[in-house]
Amino acid sequence: MGSFLKRRFIKRQAVVTAFIFTLLLFVPILSHLIASAPDTINASAAFAAEKKEAVESPAAKKEEKSKVEYPPAPKLKEKDYPRIKSMNSRISVWILAQIHLFFAAFVLAVPIFVLVIEGVGKATGDERYDHMAHEFIKVSMTAFSLTATSGGILVFMLIAFYPDFMKYLASVFGSVMIIYAMLFLAESIFLYIYYYGWDNMRYGFRKWVHLTLGLMLNVSGMTIMVLGNSLATFMMAPSGVDASGVFTGHVWEAIRGPLWNALNLHRFIANIAYGGSVVGAYAAYKFLSAKSKEERAHYDWMGYTANIIAISALLPLPFAGYWLTAEIYAYSQTMGITLMGGAFAWLFITQAVLIGALFLSANYYLWCGMERIKGSERYTKYVKYIAAVIVICFLVWFTPHSLIKTPIEEKAIGTHHSLLGPLGLMPAKNSAVNIMILFTFLSFTLYKRSSKITTAAWAKSGVAAEIAIFAVGIVNIIALGIYSYMVTSNIKVGMSVPQVFTTLSIIIAISIIESRMFKNAKSTGDIEWGKMPARSQYALLLLAVSFTWLMGLMGYVRSAIRQHWHVNSIMRDSSPDAFTPTIGYAANVVSISTILFMLLVIFVFWLAQFAAKKQEA
Amino acid sequence: MQTFLKISIFAVIALLGYTLFANVGIPQVRPAPPPAEEETIGAMSMDQYIVLGKKIFEGKGTCTLCHNPVLGGRAPNLVNMHNTSEERLKDPRYKGKAKTGEEYLRESMMNPSAYVVAGFGKAWTNDTESPMPQISGPAVGLKPAEINAVIAHLQTKDGGKATVPLPTGADAAPAPAAAEAAAPPAPAKTAEEALGKYACGACHKIGAFAGAVGPDLTKIGAKRDESYLRRAILDPNADIAQGFPAGVMPQDFGNKMTAKELEMLVKFLKAQKG
Repeated sequence: MGSFLKRRFIKRQAVVTAFIFTLLLFVPILSHLIASAPDTINASAAFAAEKKEAVESPAAKKEEKSKVEYPPAPKLKEKDYPRIKSMNSRISVWILAQIHLFFAAFVLAVPIFVLVIEGVGKATGDERYDHMAHEFIKVSMTAFSLTATSGGILVFMLIAFYPDFMKYLASVFGSVMIIYAMLFLAESIFLYIYYYGWDNMRYGFRKWVHLTLGLMLNVSGMTIMVLGNSLATFMMAPSGVDASGVFTGHVWEAIRGPLWNALNLHRFIANIAYGGSVVGAYAAYKFLSAKSKEERAHYDWMGYTANIIAISALLPLPFAGYWLTAEIYAYSQTMGITLMGGAFAWLFITQAVLIGALFLSANYYLWCGMERIKGSERYTKYVKYIAAVIVICFLVWFTPHSLIKTPIEEKAIGTHHSLLGPLGLMPAKNSAVNIMILFTFLSFTLYKRSSKITTAAWAKSGVAAEIAIFAVGIVNIIALGIYSYMVTSNIKVGMSVPQVFTTLSIIIAISIIESRMFKNAKSTGDIEWGKMPARSQYALLLLAVSFTWLMGLMGYVRSAIRQHWHVNSIMRDSSPDAFTPTIGYAANVVSISTILFMLLVIFVFWLAQFAAKKQEA
Repeated sequence: MQTFLKISIFAVIALLGYTLFANVGIPQVRPAPPPAEEETIGAMSMDQYIVLGKKIFEGKGTCTLCHNPVLGGRAPNLVNMHNTSEERLKDPRYKGKAKTGEEYLRESMMNPSAYVVAGFGKAWTNDTESPMPQISGPAVGLKPAEINAVIAHLQTKDGGKATVPLPTGADAAPAPAAAEAAAPPAPAKTAEEALGKYACGACHKIGAFAGAVGPDLTKIGAKRDESYLRRAILDPNADIAQGFPAGVMPQDFGNKMTAKELEMLVKFLKAQKG
């Protein structure tokens, strides 16, 4: 009997493994399909047929027959946009797209760190990681169906309000759209098996199968994201089409536009930071409403992990954003200047407020977290200095180049304030953000050290080396910033690269020294999970709210720099809503989207709680 | 439930704070409406053509986004282009096909990499590739007659002579918008009308306007006499008010204003005594 069961088990494992590997093959096949997608037969068929009639020679006729012709981008008039009574097309699409993106970012991010946490649990044998990963994915399950629902409504709205634009987009990206939808199906299958099979595949070989499913879930999710991004970047910087918008027939050319990779990286990192912050908010809510000490300890740990995930992604995020902006400048200087120096310049002051809130709340949570660690007193005295530096950096980032002045003030100080004016320029802001990142890293390093006492004989030299690296690095960043004022704009832009390089070098060097120095460190005692003040949880909530709102705002500006174009410089937006609104107007729409999203998230959280309760007989 | 309410109120307050800041804490810049789609240029005089060129240079052409001495450093400052354009042809780095200054200016808009001013090339190209977009391309989309108007403006703005051919209007009848742009504007009937016509209020606080870029003129009449005021309009750089940079106020009001408009404005300003 035992042998029979064993054989049956092995047979089942073989089938599952074969299934998984078949699915693994699915991805390269899909990639191949994209690369060599047959030319989309689309709405241009009638147009192409008309053209073919005109060809007289039989040889040319034969050649033409094998070639699909694509129409140019349509030149629309106001009357070409359907109007639906009591609905504003742009605001409706804007809010729906934003809510869809909020959910999409969340459900793409959660499986990434769930897989990592599950892997850590498998490697360390600590089941707490496994439980936490399971709880994380549970939160994202309902969000997944809301992502699909909001996406569906968005597509219907786009077709209803912008039929010609969608028709043109389908003429270029038809094959991508179909693959996108199929991948969504694949992602659903992987997610459901991954979630519902969690307990069934908890140990041994099955755990590896489960991890593979998690990997496949992420592969399909990431492919969906990059395909979706290709449509967004095509609209900003079209490729694979000629000047009049006629598709060359090579869909890969249309996908890999000049901004595609930069947007992919930026969204990938931002999604992780965002997902971490939303899960952190969930843990904060559960912590604040916990009834028992154990529950508080569990959700404190969960909130801490989520915050670490959010911070880890938040630190490199400005660099990814910088790369995207540099690519925008490289593609079109006019578009870059519209973004940073034109109508949207003041938006970046609003962004500074949000970034300041993000960095301060993430750091504040870490500082509060020191209270639960015996031995942290050694480092808490430094917190006030770190806080002061972060606030100063935030104020530099927040300073606009041109101040709002009354005529009398204008007369007294001129068009630009002699001290604050230079602080409003990018060299000062680049320096400030790099220093802010380094001091956040310092907060994290001190937090990690709090519970340990090094036993390394070379510890004093190690600390001295760390201080030297940190100090020299900061001096270098400031010196590069000052030097940037003395060179022309195009060289100035390039000066931020060595600044970023300095910051990354400091983080890597100090991380290596720390890991070596605390390898066999003595513990100062167990971390008292659950011993956190309630106010620390509000820092986690602020992180999630700020992140959500910031995502909406920056998503708006990315899209708005196309101005009055559906597809930049190729297909003009002739609808009555083609105007660029004020930042206040945009902020109001972003706030409405955020509130609607938060209401839906509350529903998701409630559902996770509701599902966990059993009715008593 | 109490916890739920507390965190909901906290989240809403944070959101309201951000929304309020974006609405009240920063100036609400209202971007220009999308440019008219099709503009054709009819027959006009050279003076009108130069005025149109300036308008395109500062507006539709988006040239001042980069060629702007106030912002500085993004693109070369276009001064004395009637002479500079000729000198560029002799530069060993020049690799274009132009034979005259006018052709050079046209080529610099159609093929900006034909000559890249030192220090203004794309990064890592050693000034062989220009970051400037082709001006007739879809992003800016200037038509040949509009490019000629910009050339006329660049040639004349610092004292040179326009050499471009005038548009004949033979290709297309002037569209209403273009006709309006090209036709000489009707003279203002009152000083207040003239203030609006010449957009004085965009920079100055005067009459019903509250501009904040230039000096406040609400008490100017108490401090300055008529000849000073006349000179300040015709030659703004002759006397610069303390704390304000030179070269910001347009210097061509002498060409634009009628004598009657100028005198009306001088009298109006003299009457402003606070």
